[in-house]
Amino acid sequence: MTNMNLAVAAALNVTTPTTQSASTSKIVAKDLNFYYNGYHALKSINMQIPEKKVTAIIGPSGCGKSTLLRIFNRIYSIYPKLEAKGEVLLDGENILDPRFPLNRLRSKVGMVFQKPVPFPMSIYDNIAYGIKHYEKLSRADMDVRVEEALRQAALWDEAKDKLKGSALGLSGGQQQRLCIARAVALKPEVILFDEPTSALDPIATGKIEQLVEELKTQFTITIVTHNMQQAARCSDFTAFMYLGELIEFGQTETMFTRPTKQQTEDYITGRFG
Amino acid sequence: MNSPHIGHEHISKSYDVELSRLIDEIVRMGRIAAEQLASASDAMSLRDSELAARVIERDHSIDALEQEVSHDVLRLLALRQPIARDLREILTALRTASDIERIGDYAANMAKRSIALNQSAPLPPAAALPQLATVAGSLLSEVLVAYRQRDAVLAKQVWERDEELDRLYTATFRELLTYMMEDPRSITSCTHLLFMAKNLERVGDHATNIAENVYFLVHGEPLSGERRKGDTTSSVVSPNS
Repeated sequence: MTNMNLAVAAALNVTTPTTQSASTSKIVAKDLNFYYNGYHALKSINMQIPEKKVTAIIGPSGCGKSTLLRIFNRIYSIYPKLEAKGEVLLDGENILDPRFPLNRLRSKVGMVFQKPVPFPMSIYDNIAYGIKHYEKLSRADMDVRVEEALRQAALWDEAKDKLKGSALGLSGGQQQRLCIARAVALKPEVILFDEPTSALDPIATGKIEQLVEELKTQFTITIVTHNMQQAARCSDFTAFMYLGELIEFGQTETMFTRPTKQQTEDYITGRFG
Repeated sequence: MNSPHIGHEHISKSYDVELSRLIDEIVRMGRIAAEQLASASDAMSLRDSELAARVIERDHSIDALEQEVSHDVLRLLALRQPIARDLREILTALRTASDIERIGDYAANMAKRSIALNQSAPLPPAAALPQLATVAGSLLSEVLVAYRQRDAVLAKQVWERDEELDRLYTATFRELLTYMMEDPRSITSCTHLLFMAKNLERVGDHATNIAENVYFLVHGEPLSGERRKGDTTSSVVSPNS
């Protein structure tokens, strides 16, 4: 077993079988390599994302963290000349296999981006829009789903009296919570966050972080962030990447108090030159 | 669970939970230390070696709590980047845990010495120690209330009362010197009593440290003014000088 597998298993307090059991890891990247137009962007990534925990991925610009995240829902496949090799297992099934249905993947794995991107429609329709692609619901059932999603995103109280109002009238922090509501409305199992609060003020950031803490009881969450302090505040596990490689992965408390790799310590203490 | 702040909760609920846990640990440590001090005093005045042995054993629980506090402080500093009052709260907890741990050690040390004392006949000067213990115990209890309630006024009162304990200690010191000079056979026992009295005086000093910590926690500034020192034993040449 790799050291990293042992670290995750120890952190999850499970005995370590010869092969990691799927019940403890939601996503497993195995010898994952990724190429942009021939450029080797991710190098032999072996990583396990624990189920129903928050995993943060940190590292300097260009380290490959967003690239890695976007492989987890195969969003790269809409762009030409991008190639992934290796395996990414979601509940044991390889999502890089072309035979794995993309819409099934996207229903299981939701994504929230750095810039809030509400659809130019009402708050209600923003959430209903995605659901309609997957389910045929009565008006009453849809109302229930929309309310549930808005409650899960801690936006219901602020939005309930203006569901027919344009989503573009919400503040930045509210728009981001709407995007989270949109993601959770599809009842995914995993939610990917790509720098979710970079565009938000500290209060809005705090509310999103508190929301992540609440959501992890139901969803497996992976956050890419260039803000190390955010990773320290709200994640259970942290992965440090550099130049396309996974340098270290461990419990967040350990990573930020006694990392095992000098490179990790140099980065988090600001000694990176 | 204690609410550490007068005012609003953090947006991150888990931050409040972690801070409350830290404060609870300090409160628990303080309660055990106060009980230990009282038990050590009883063990001495009742000449109860079994009670003394239980005090010695129980000191481990204070040490274990100090380890927890240290771990939690490290974790909070690394993961929460505390500032302003939160930072003072966490630093105060670290310092206060250290002071309480030393108080626990003094109580255990007194218990050990009272077991040794019980091997000899009781001595008259030993009667002075329970009063010292009472004053030291009340300083500790009051400063712990000040910590729990973030009461800087009460903390300052404790800070000022340490002088009373110091004077009592000085008087006990002289009395023990006199007794040793009159009856050299009592030197061993009186030496134990001297150390026990000194331990109690140090308990008062640590309670004063905690008072200063509480004041700093509330006001963000150190308690100004010189600590009043009633302990003049370091310049004693003879019992009556």
